[in-house]
Amino acid sequence: MPFISNTPAQQKQMLDAIGAASVDDLFAGIPPELLCGELDIQPGMTEQEVRRRITALADKNLTGQTSFLGGGFYDHFIPAALDAIISRSEFYTSYTPYQPEISQGTLQAIYEFQSAICRLTDMQVANASLYDGGTAVYEAIMMALRVTGRRRVIVDDSVNPIYRKMVRSYTSNLGIDLVETASRDGLPDREAIAARISDDTAAVIVQTPNFFGCIDDVSDLSEMVHARGGLLIVSGYPVAMALLKPPGQMGADIVVGEGQSLGMPVSFGGPYLGFMAGRMEHVRKMPGRIAGRTLDALGREGFVLTLQAREQHIRRQKATSNICTNEGLCALTALVYMSLMGKHGLREVAQVCADRGDYARRRLLGVPGVTMRFPKRWYFNEFVVSLPVAAEKVIRGLFTRGIAAGFPMGRYWPEMNNCLLLAVTEKRTRQDIDFLAHALEVIL
Amino acid sequence: MKTIFEKSVPGRRAVRVVPAGVDTPMPIKAQLLRKEPPELPEVSELDVVRHFTALSRKNFGVDTGFYPLGSCTMKYNPKVAERVAHLSGFAYLHPLVPQLPGGEMMVQGALAVLHEMHRMLSEICGMSAFTMQPLAGAHGELTGVMIIAAYHRRRGNRKTTILIPDSGHGTNPASAAIAGYEVRTVGSDANGLTDIEALKKALDDNVAGMMLTCPNTLGLFDPQVRRIAELIHGVDGLMYCDGANLNALLGRCRPGDVGFDIMHVNLHKTFATPHGGGGPGAGPVGVVEKLVEFLPTSIIRERPDGSYYLDYDRPRSIGYVAPFYGNFGVILRAYAYILLLGREGLRRVSGNAVLNANYIRARLKGRYHLPYDRICMHECVFSASRQAGKGVRALTVAKALIDRGFHPPTVYFPLTVPEAMMIEPTETESKETLDAFIDAMIEIADLAEADPASLQQCPTTTPVSRLDDTLAARKPDLAALPARP
Repeated sequence: MPFISNTPAQQKQMLDAIGAASVDDLFAGIPPELLCGELDIQPGMTEQEVRRRITALADKNLTGQTSFLGGGFYDHFIPAALDAIISRSEFYTSYTPYQPEISQGTLQAIYEFQSAICRLTDMQVANASLYDGGTAVYEAIMMALRVTGRRRVIVDDSVNPIYRKMVRSYTSNLGIDLVETASRDGLPDREAIAARISDDTAAVIVQTPNFFGCIDDVSDLSEMVHARGGLLIVSGYPVAMALLKPPGQMGADIVVGEGQSLGMPVSFGGPYLGFMAGRMEHVRKMPGRIAGRTLDALGREGFVLTLQAREQHIRRQKATSNICTNEGLCALTALVYMSLMGKHGLREVAQVCADRGDYARRRLLGVPGVTMRFPKRWYFNEFVVSLPVAAEKVIRGLFTRGIAAGFPMGRYWPEMNNCLLLAVTEKRTRQDIDFLAHALEVIL
Repeated sequence: MKTIFEKSVPGRRAVRVVPAGVDTPMPIKAQLLRKEPPELPEVSELDVVRHFTALSRKNFGVDTGFYPLGSCTMKYNPKVAERVAHLSGFAYLHPLVPQLPGGEMMVQGALAVLHEMHRMLSEICGMSAFTMQPLAGAHGELTGVMIIAAYHRRRGNRKTTILIPDSGHGTNPASAAIAGYEVRTVGSDANGLTDIEALKKALDDNVAGMMLTCPNTLGLFDPQVRRIAELIHGVDGLMYCDGANLNALLGRCRPGDVGFDIMHVNLHKTFATPHGGGGPGAGPVGVVEKLVEFLPTSIIRERPDGSYYLDYDRPRSIGYVAPFYGNFGVILRAYAYILLLGREGLRRVSGNAVLNANYIRARLKGRYHLPYDRICMHECVFSASRQAGKGVRALTVAKALIDRGFHPPTVYFPLTVPEAMMIEPTETESKETLDAFIDAMIEIADLAEADPASLQQCPTTTPVSRLDDTLAARKPDLAALPARP
C-alpha cells in the first residue's frame, strides 16, 4: 500500500497487542452519528499516472514568454549548486529545531542567514524569517506599535499596493490609526508625511526602490520621524541592496522585504521568504524565531533558538506574534544563494540588472509616444513608462508576440491607466530588450 | 563548526556573473549607492557545497529516522511530490500573470490545481469552501479569527472574547489576541476533555467563538463536540477547528459535519509536504456556507465552460492575507499526495496512524505513566512523572532517545500534563520501527530505576550536548558581523 509499511499480518499482531478486533474499533471513541460516509474523492492513482496528470497541467501554463514582470517578484538566475544543496533531505524533511543536538545544521544555517541579512541591510539583528514580504511589513508595524506604545502608522502609497492591502486586512479589527500618504512624482511626499506625523505616530513605512521602481535616499525621513519619537520601517529589495545604499545607512529602525529574489523561483506566488532586521535595543520586541550562538556543557560552540520568552509557545496570548515557525527552507535557500554569489557576485548581479534596466529605458524611450512617467527619478531595474494608449491594450498585443510586457499600473492607480511597469533582471538579454522595443513600436 | 563567513578568503569566487552586454549606462547618482559591497562570504562553489553538506549531516529528518514529534505529523514525504513541484510550468509562472488582461487563460493549469484542491479539501473536511491563501497553520488560525471578526461586524455583534481550552496549542491564544480578541481559557475535565460546566460558566454574550483542536492535543476525540458547538452557537458564536490533528480523521469524520464553522488544515502535516526545517508550510482555511462571503480575496471559481478565474469582486471579504494564492509549491505537493492516495488511501492513513499510536500506548503503558488511559487517536501522551523522582525528566528521556537514534517526542506539551511526552508515530512507520522505539523507551525506563545518573550525560553521540540556553539569552550572539572600522 502506498506509504503504509505495516502488512495485514503485522496489523493483526498490533491489534492483538492493543486488545482490539479491528482498526475500525479504534475509532469507537467517535460517536457513530459523527462518522462520515465514503468521501467523494477519486480512487488512488499510480505515481506514473499522477506525474502524467500534473505534467499535463503544468504544460497548460504558458511560461515561455519573454517576461518583464516584476512588481516585487523577480526572475533572477539560480545556480545549479543551490538546488543540489537544498535538495538534501536532512534539511527539507526536518522540522523546527526543538532538539538542538540533532538540529545544528538548521540552527547554524539560521544563524548564518541572520548574519547575511544583517550584512546586506547593514542592521544589527535579524530574525529567522517570516512568511513573505507582505506579512513582514505587517509584523514590522505590530513591532513598532509595541516598541513605541503608540497608535498611528503612516504608509506611503509607493509601497507595494498588495502589501498595503494586506496591512489593511490585518489591522481592520485592531483600532489602529492607519494613514496612507499620496506619493508625489514617484517618491514619498515629504511635506505630506511631515503633516501627518504626530506624537502618536509609531512608524512611517516606505519602500526603496519603491513600487514605481524609483530609488530614494530616505535619510531625511528617518530624521523627520525620529524627531517625533517614531520609527522608520523600510521595505526593500535584497538584490538591489548590494548596489544601493542599504536601509541601515539611511537611519531605518526596522528593515523588511521579500527574499524571493535570493534564489527562489517566482513559483506562482509562493513559497516566498519574508525577512526582518532591526536594532539590537528592540530585539525583545521582535516577532519570530531567532537563533543564537552559545556553548554546550563541555564548552563547545553551538546554536540554539533563543529569546523565546517573546514567543507563543511560552507567552500564549501575550506573545509578540502568533508565528510558530519560519520559512526555514527558503531562508536556507537565500543563505546558499548569497554564499554562492558572494560579496562581489551579488553586487555584480545588481549592477547588470541596473545596466540592462537603463538600456531598456533608453530603447523604450526611442519608441514614438513612449515617455517616462517619473522622468526626474533614479532607477534600479524597474520603471514606469507612459504609453499613448491604455497599457492593457499594449499588454494584450505583446502577449500575442510572446512577450509578458509588464504590469498595468491602472489596476491600482486609475489615473495611470496608460502606464506600464517593467522589470529587467540579468536573465533578460539585450536581444530580449530589443525585441520588446521593436514589438512595441510595431503595435503602437 | 566555522561559519561560512569564517571560511571567507578575499578574492575567492563561486559564480561568474553574466556580462551586462549593453552600451555604457548612465551611472546612478553616487549619493544613492552603497560605498562598500555587503560583507558576504568570498568562497568557492566547492566551499559552499562542502559547508552545507557538513551542516546537513548535523541534522535529523524524517529520511534519517523515526521522528515521533507529537502534533507535528512527521510522516514520510513522497519524492514524487518534490518532482512535480519543480516542473518549470509551475516554478517559473509569475503570480501577476492572471492579473493581466488575457492572463487568466495562460495559467489554467495552476488555477486547476488550486480549484481541485479547494474542492477536495472541502469534501475531506465537510466545509463549503476553502481559501488556499494562508501560508502556515498559525497563519490559517489568524485568518480564521479574522473571519470570525468579520462575521460579527456584519451581524452588528459586539463581541470581545475567544474561548480556548487549556490544552490548546500556544498559537491559538496568540492568534486570537493579535486579531484583537481577549482570550478566556476553559479548563479540561478528569478525562482530558472539555469541561462542559466550566464552558457554560465561561460562556456569555461577549463570546465571539471557540477554538478547539480536534482530536485534542491529548490525542482524544471529544465525544461532546456537537454539544459544545450548540452551546457556542447559542450565543451566536462560531466554532473554530484547529486542524493540526486532521490526520486522525481522514475519511472517517468531517469537522464540518460535527458543528465546526471554520477550520485550518496543515498541508505539511496531514498531506505530507516536507516541513523544511520549519517551513514553508501551508494552512488553507475552510468555512461553512454562511461564512463563504468573508473568505480572503481572491477566490478561485469555475466558469460554465470549465475554465477557471480569480474572483476579486468580494465586498465582504476580509481582504488579502497573502500576496497571491498561497504557498503554491506546497499546495502542489499536497495535491499530488491526495491524488496518489485517493479516497481509500486517505482512510488507510487515519487507520494506520491510529493503529500505530495505540500500539505504542499499549506497549509502553506499564512503563510510563499514562494520564488518560483509553484508546487514543493519532498520538498518545505519556508522562515521565514516575521517573522524575529519580531525576529522569521528560527532557532526560528525550536526550537519551537521541543517543538511541530516534528523534524525541514533543515534550512539556500539552501544558495540562506534567512531564508530558507526546508521541505521534504517523501511519508511514513500520511495526519494526515502532518496536525498536518501544524497546529504547523501555531500556530508558529501566535505567531510570537502576542507573539514573547514566542518563544525565545524554546525548553523547552528537556534535554538541546540552547547549546553554541561559547564556544564549543573557548574552545574545545573534549574528556574525564584520568588525567596524
